[in-house]
Amino acid sequence: MKIDRRSFLSFVIGGAAGTALTPLPWKLTDDLSIWTQMWPWTPVPQDGEVSYVNSVCTLCPAGCGISVRKVDDRAVKIEGMAGYPGSNGNACILGMAGLQLLYSPTRVKTPLKRVGNRGEGKWKAISWDDAISEVAGKLGELRKDQSSAVAGIVGSDRGTVPQLLKRLLTAYGSPNFMCSPSMDDSYALTLKLMHGVSASAGFDIENANFVLSFGSGIIEGWGSSVRMFKANSALKDKKGKMVQIEPRLSNTAAKADQWVPVRPGTETVFALGLAYVIIQESLYNKDFVENYTAEFDAFRQMLDAYSPDKVAEITGIDAEAITTLAKAFAGASNPLAVCGRGQGTTPGSLHEFMAVHALNALVGNINKKGGVWAVPAPDYIQWPDPELDDIAQKGIQTARADGAGSEKYPHTASLLNRLPEVINSAAQSPVQALLVSGANPLYALPDSKAVKKAFDKIPFIVSFSSQMDETAQYADIILPNHAYLERYQDVPTPTGLQTPLTGLSKPVLDPLFDTKHTGDAIIMIAKALEGNIAAAFPWDNYEVCLSETLGDKWDALVENGFVAQDFQEPGWEGAFTTPSGKFEFVSKACAAESDKPVFSSVTPEGDEKTYPLILIPYDSMRLSNGFIGNPPFLTKTVEDTVLKGNDIVVEINPATAKDRLFSLNDGAPAMLSTPRGEVRVRVHLSDGIMPGFMAMARGLGHTAYDDYLAGKGANFNELIGPAEDPVSGLDSAWGIRAKLTNVPI
Amino acid sequence: MSTSDDLKTKKDSVEAGDGSGGFIILFFIIGLVASLISGWLLFPKLLYSEKKQPIDFNHALHMELVDEGCESCHFFREDGTYAGVPKLAQCIDCHEEVQGESPDEATFVEEYVTKGREVPWLIYSQQPDCVFFSHVAHVKGAGMDCATCHGPIGESTSLKVYEENRITGYSRDIWGKNISGIKKHTWDRMKMDDCAECHVKNGVNQSSVQTGKGACFVCHK
Repeated sequence: MKIDRRSFLSFVIGGAAGTALTPLPWKLTDDLSIWTQMWPWTPVPQDGEVSYVNSVCTLCPAGCGISVRKVDDRAVKIEGMAGYPGSNGNACILGMAGLQLLYSPTRVKTPLKRVGNRGEGKWKAISWDDAISEVAGKLGELRKDQSSAVAGIVGSDRGTVPQLLKRLLTAYGSPNFMCSPSMDDSYALTLKLMHGVSASAGFDIENANFVLSFGSGIIEGWGSSVRMFKANSALKDKKGKMVQIEPRLSNTAAKADQWVPVRPGTETVFALGLAYVIIQESLYNKDFVENYTAEFDAFRQMLDAYSPDKVAEITGIDAEAITTLAKAFAGASNPLAVCGRGQGTTPGSLHEFMAVHALNALVGNINKKGGVWAVPAPDYIQWPDPELDDIAQKGIQTARADGAGSEKYPHTASLLNRLPEVINSAAQSPVQALLVSGANPLYALPDSKAVKKAFDKIPFIVSFSSQMDETAQYADIILPNHAYLERYQDVPTPTGLQTPLTGLSKPVLDPLFDTKHTGDAIIMIAKALEGNIAAAFPWDNYEVCLSETLGDKWDALVENGFVAQDFQEPGWEGAFTTPSGKFEFVSKACAAESDKPVFSSVTPEGDEKTYPLILIPYDSMRLSNGFIGNPPFLTKTVEDTVLKGNDIVVEINPATAKDRLFSLNDGAPAMLSTPRGEVRVRVHLSDGIMPGFMAMARGLGHTAYDDYLAGKGANFNELIGPAEDPVSGLDSAWGIRAKLTNVPI
Repeated sequence: MSTSDDLKTKKDSVEAGDGSGGFIILFFIIGLVASLISGWLLFPKLLYSEKKQPIDFNHALHMELVDEGCESCHFFREDGTYAGVPKLAQCIDCHEEVQGESPDEATFVEEYVTKGREVPWLIYSQQPDCVFFSHVAHVKGAGMDCATCHGPIGESTSLKVYEENRITGYSRDIWGKNISGIKKHTWDRMKMDDCAECHVKNGVNQSSVQTGKGACFVCHK
């Protein structure tokens, strides 16, 4: 028997014929086709029971009602909650991307103790008991001789969690409770000085038909962003008018009926120029001005310096245009003037707020339909004052580290922006222990380098962050909070809403990790400190505290998500409690600065020769710029005229680009330096920014968070320093001098 | 020309008479038989791995105890979606404690009920993700019996071995036990052709309710 080539071929042919007669080829083809649809990395939506949980978003002060779609235990989509005041069924881009924060790889999953150097990222997971006793031990030790050296930083002071921290500090013996500053502080001060009331500013924008915005990013996240988007559309539908006074062509400016590109920093002057025309032309509301205001003559006299011609010179806007605009504003039936630059995350100049508010007063739309209302804060927190022991009594009498409430700044409650400098200029830091909750000062405060230096001098930092943000990275102990969709939280009136409202953020799902509510962590620390401090916290846990505090509102809040207070327009009668009992155009508080003009303007830091240009920031809906960093979905939407690769893009006018010693093409790399810092940028030539200025987006340049955010672009706060407002002490810097230099490509 | 040479060579080899022609046929047959055996018998064995269900569930026993047949446990939710395989929460109602003497029962309570873990049931009728299938449209809408597609599983006293396709990861029940794809009952196979066969026979609307698109879009959205 000889097996030759023919036999072999015959065998193969037989095999092929046989195989064709089996199901093998057909079955394999079918299976392979199914296999290609089953790559293990293809995301497949979970199958299960669908449910919706209503809650309130706490990612920004807007506090929108949200409805979270779940499949079994997994949250899969965030939508707006229909019927919630303001946002009513809609959500913003950050709110919709919120699930990526919940399921983020940068969540802090368990209490952590630093083992490496600060910021090195070396941690040891510890138990909650160990973490609490470590914090309480440290605080207990410090309390013996310097109780006021403990400071707390929160996002906003409203709501039970910040108030619990404040209570802890008070019972402990420290006055140093500080909030992240925003335009809300400036508006609150404006109302305090001009109305004489403690209130927040509410804007009845839905009923206004002429909106005069001084740089407020109405469709860039100012106020309650979802509500503002809706109000802006409604304004267009009813043929109302929107005028944007802003040096840069922002989205709001582009969509406005009129864009008035004033020189940056001259907004106050422009507002006073409008006031001048309104008074000169006798277009003001006589009833209001004559019966309900004081210091009108002083105001009128002061305005003599702000005739349209002079204002034109300063602001760069035609005198005629100023007059026309003033007449149009005063002639509208429901005009509304608002300010607070961009998203309002910086407080700005108090004089600017007062000048803009004076415009509202002149046209008499204060506490009236379509105007600005003074809205009292919801008053559900009625805890008895804690009983203070000797240490605490002595401690809270000491002066605040940040100078708020001092002789210099008697009206301001908190001046976080001053803290870094105070610490850096002291031999020993006046803050020896720092508790940070709901804030990311290391990223969000101006002059990041100085803030970091100040933090280096604080021996003990505790972060309550649920995310590994910049401040958490720099902490000694992290007591991670539940993520915002895993916890109860009261949400007082959304920023800018004209009626008091209490919302309740509810857990959408059980906590994914070994985290604890910051409210619970604070109560645990207090209990561990024993004595009067423990006695000041009679609640077993935060949920008990919250439900007892909200009292009879609790059931309605759990059921509906919010309780709206019946609140009508406050009107003018008895609304003002200033020393004169009337609305005050010129406050004594401002006049106290004898060597300064009544209305001051802020000049940007830096020497003109070295730094011929001026850098200003801008905000975008696509960049989260508060203490929450951008989730990946949000960063995906950022255009390449804002962020190109990892380079931040600055807008400059083509004329500025040509005017340089070297020429800059669109997209060219350059070094941008300011007196505070230096970053590599790319330039984008745009006619939307005036010659001599540059604009850069805020919200980028994180060093913390995941690969989708860390290292992308530059943090504007690294380039700018704070500028103290002479009256409030709050940060009023709007820009900084800067220069561009060539870099080899 | 070479043609005459070829013919001559061929003739020579045949004439050589050492049976090489027979060998060629023999090898052809060996190849044929070997491939038939491997294709029909070996291939199915290799293609599927055999897996045991975590708990041997007795459908028949449970059917006697419930009032609403299959839907007592495999129910429709209020929004019309189909709950599929029961979750632990449903079982716990009766099985908080060990009942009877079955070892499976003991394992079930010890491993899953007390530990609060879901049972990782292997689903015989799981379709690929690209298939959109609505139970409510078939059971409530068309009034079909569960057994039409799933067979008399409700009468079974124990769960059969789950044969997992090593390539696709799906159960053998989709293609059908019969490797050649021949079926005797409606529930023997769950391939696309089987869906189509019934849809055509019953004159089902040939366009998608959701998208209005026809043909493929009825099931592949």
